[in-house]
Amino acid sequence: MAVATEDVRIPAAAIPLAGAPVDLRKRRRPGEIIIQGFLLACGTLSILTTLGIVYVLLMETLRFFGRGGFNPLDFVTKTTWQPAIGEFGIWPLVTATFVTSLVAMTVAVPLGLSVAIYLSEYASTRARSTLKPILEVLVGIPTVVYGFFALTFVTPGLRSLLGRDTVEIYNMAAAGLVMGIMILPTISSISEDALSAVPNALREGAYALGATKLETAVKVVVPAALSGIIAAFILGMSRAIGETMIVAIAAGSGPSFTVNPLHAAETMTGHIVRLSGGDLSYDSIEYSALFAIALMLFLITLVLNLLGRQIIKRFRESYE
Amino acid sequence: MTDFPLTQSESSHSASPVPAANGEYAIETRGLNVYYGNFRAVRDIDLKIASRKITAFIGPSGCGKSTVLRAFNRMNDLVRGSWMEGQVVFHGRNIYESDIDAVEVRRRIGMVFQKPNPFPKSIYENVAWGARINGYNGDDMDALVERSLQQAALWDEVKDKLQQSALALSGGQQQRLCIARAIAIKPEIILMDEPCSSLDPIATLKIEDLMHDLAQIYTIIIVTHNMQQAARVADFTAFFMIDENRAGTLIEYGPTQRIFTNPEDNRTESYITGRFG
Amino acid sequence: MSTDPNLAPMPETTPAPDRQEFAGNLSRRHRAAKIWRVVFQASTVVGIVVLLTLLYNIVTESFGLVAVQNEVEPAALAIGGVPMEDLSKEQLVEILKGKVSAGIMRRLERDEPFAQRSREGVLTLVKERVVNPEIVKSWPLTESLLKRGAIEEEVRQNHPKARLEFKSWLNWNFLVSPQSSEALLTGVRAAFLGSLWMIAITMLIAFPVGVGAAIYLEEYYSDNWLTRLIQTNINNLAGVPSIIYGMLGLAIFVRALEILTSGALFGLTDATTANGRTILSASLTMALLVLPVIIINAQEAIRAVPGSLRQASYGLGATQWQTIWHHVLPNALPGILTGTILAMSRAIGETAPLVVVGASTYVAFDPSGPFSKFTALPIQIYQWTSRPQEEFRNIAAAAMIVLLIMLLALNAAAVLLRNRYARRW
Repeated sequence: MAVATEDVRIPAAAIPLAGAPVDLRKRRRPGEIIIQGFLLACGTLSILTTLGIVYVLLMETLRFFGRGGFNPLDFVTKTTWQPAIGEFGIWPLVTATFVTSLVAMTVAVPLGLSVAIYLSEYASTRARSTLKPILEVLVGIPTVVYGFFALTFVTPGLRSLLGRDTVEIYNMAAAGLVMGIMILPTISSISEDALSAVPNALREGAYALGATKLETAVKVVVPAALSGIIAAFILGMSRAIGETMIVAIAAGSGPSFTVNPLHAAETMTGHIVRLSGGDLSYDSIEYSALFAIALMLFLITLVLNLLGRQIIKRFRESYE
Repeated sequence: MTDFPLTQSESSHSASPVPAANGEYAIETRGLNVYYGNFRAVRDIDLKIASRKITAFIGPSGCGKSTVLRAFNRMNDLVRGSWMEGQVVFHGRNIYESDIDAVEVRRRIGMVFQKPNPFPKSIYENVAWGARINGYNGDDMDALVERSLQQAALWDEVKDKLQQSALALSGGQQQRLCIARAIAIKPEIILMDEPCSSLDPIATLKIEDLMHDLAQIYTIIIVTHNMQQAARVADFTAFFMIDENRAGTLIEYGPTQRIFTNPEDNRTESYITGRFG
Repeated sequence: MSTDPNLAPMPETTPAPDRQEFAGNLSRRHRAAKIWRVVFQASTVVGIVVLLTLLYNIVTESFGLVAVQNEVEPAALAIGGVPMEDLSKEQLVEILKGKVSAGIMRRLERDEPFAQRSREGVLTLVKERVVNPEIVKSWPLTESLLKRGAIEEEVRQNHPKARLEFKSWLNWNFLVSPQSSEALLTGVRAAFLGSLWMIAITMLIAFPVGVGAAIYLEEYYSDNWLTRLIQTNINNLAGVPSIIYGMLGLAIFVRALEILTSGALFGLTDATTANGRTILSASLTMALLVLPVIIINAQEAIRAVPGSLRQASYGLGATQWQTIWHHVLPNALPGILTGTILAMSRAIGETAPLVVVGASTYVAFDPSGPFSKFTALPIQIYQWTSRPQEEFRNIAAAAMIVLLIMLLALNAAAVLLRNRYARRW
């Protein structure tokens, strides 16, 4: 007990009196309640957004189908989209969307997976910390810039490579290739997460059996992380489907039903953008048609996103 | 002050009524049960804590000592799924009644945690912050900070570096800072949840010395794993244990001297002599 | 082979595996491993190579030689030794009247009376219609540097009246001039200001709402259906294509809430159009778009604040909001700022939702407030890219450099800001 008592004397007034009345009752704190209310409102805004999207898309789609003048079934069966003459088959737009997305995937899947394998299995921490930010830059580049690149560099390249007659000035391949580069970081980062989550014990088991690094990576780690990798593919595909500007600039304007990627075609997103940019009266059928297309787009990407996220949740749970 | 004999019962229902000099208890529990979801963590605790004395809770790990401690200042409220039965009576009111403000309770019943957790602010700010948000309008803040740091036996070591980051202090100093911080809002009771368990022996000794001085002003309740510490500092000791349903119960409670030299329950004796725990 | 008779004889075991059974393919496997390792390594380089090619492409289109031909040389328009640039407004109007047909003069007067036009505006008209510069041919930077001789020869032969000069399409005039239909005279000022206005208003809305939602989800969290629904919802919204947000903005902000967004409610409608296609509509749409990004990042930052800090605060008798405001938020600030910067970068580069919401492609005047018609940098780029003439390609490239520099500056500022806050304690 080395503390001198004089140093620590505090005035008696500071000691709470045992007998003094003490009010412990709840104080009204209106500030807290207001703040909590405001925060809750912020949270629910997101629900309003989703409800808004669904409502807006549904209403106009119903208006589109309700107009009559064409058979609603044509929407999903016919293969010409010419609003001027009442043709509303959505297939040209859908095939164009899928062709461009598939071209993008043929670029992004092998590259993305290779990058992921390299970063997760081979690279040193220093290499990883320099490479990852650079890849992130690819995501941050505005899509108009990518579109410009596709139109002014990739297309001429393709044309000189494959001949000016085989490759049109606007073509799906150029757009698809550039889109692939754009979604590469998405696929590589989710795949890398999946690969890194595989416990080291698995790798050590393989090494102990005399496997090379390649064999371990490809035959043990990748299969173990397969669900996460598939989720990466799904989410990458979803991004490619929803992409607008690259295809609007480089893939072509005017719906055309073709599966040849070297030809021009208009995707769902490209079509919406082209028509919105022009003169569009709010009551025309073209206006309502845009929302029907958008609804289709929304549903496709929603299903893909939910699926991808569900798979990711499941593989994360199995390792934690 | 009279010394009451302990009441013993099979279900270890022992409330030792040890009144303070003015005949009042600082705080008491009546039939306290704390649950986490469906699991009962502590069962039927009846305790009367003497004013301006040091009371120690001892017992093996996981016997609910901390849970009981945290029930005193309603910190269990912050754990999702926890609820309680019974009463904790403070100044004549059960602090769990619906019209009682937990925030007000916590201003009057302070807490020092197992691992020192100063704010990432300056030393001065750490002490001043609590007073400030509670609307302190007494003498100037500098004096309050100095007084609190002096009472916590830290003033001499930090008086020249009040604006430095609190995180630069050693573990023992940080814990004394946390004590100063708790004192600054002028509580009546200070709860200490194993305050020395992450400190070295010298720092521990400094804090034990401190406790004796603090007890002249505040009521102190300390949870400790270290029986020797309880024997050194506490005026009263309560011994807890888990029963067959893994709920913590109070086995014995009384003056430290008696608990350690002449315990009435053989479970207490077994624990103290180190046969288990 | 022990000779101790007490030991049991060694049982008949299968012979130790012959080395031969397992050897043979080791070198092949190692070779394959080496090859694939190079493949994996190379794939990381591919992305970087593409990035560099992209930047090279933009730069090379932004600078280069051009062959310019004027219909009337500016030197010929000088009056009394005073060059055309410095002539007074009346003199310029006279020149215009002399060289331009009466019908066009009438139309120009109808569009905006000459008395009201600025001198600068009339000068632009003179340049557009009288001097009428025309780019007969332009060459990208690499060609300009490497094949200068050949180019000069070509110009001498095919375009004798043209002047060959080195043009940096990204120049000061480009940055500060208003829009014009002529590639040589147009500038990005309106688009740049439009982008700034839009970003400012978007952030003003999205930042507090986003951080507020994140605080609610992390601090006031109770495991009920509402909070779980909100959380799943936000994760989904992050993956919705941006053009869908545009459709939402079109239907709700531009059409349904036209009274609000056009400014009619406040009596502040834009002079030229009184409809909902304003900066405010665009900003609201973008705010909805970036909200999930801000929320998710802010949530992670708040989650990372240690629980012991909160406990210390509560133990001192602080209320929940006091704990959040004084302890949680300051410590989560670096992470929150990161998310905000990500959101801003996205917002600046997005084009599709703006097109749908009705960005104007020809805006003659600078935006004057949230209720103006607007255009934005990406919109301009999109417009110019769609034009067939060669020179529009060049100015699109120049505009892209402006956009990329803007993004770079933003991200750099963010990193600096974040480091400053992270270094505090």
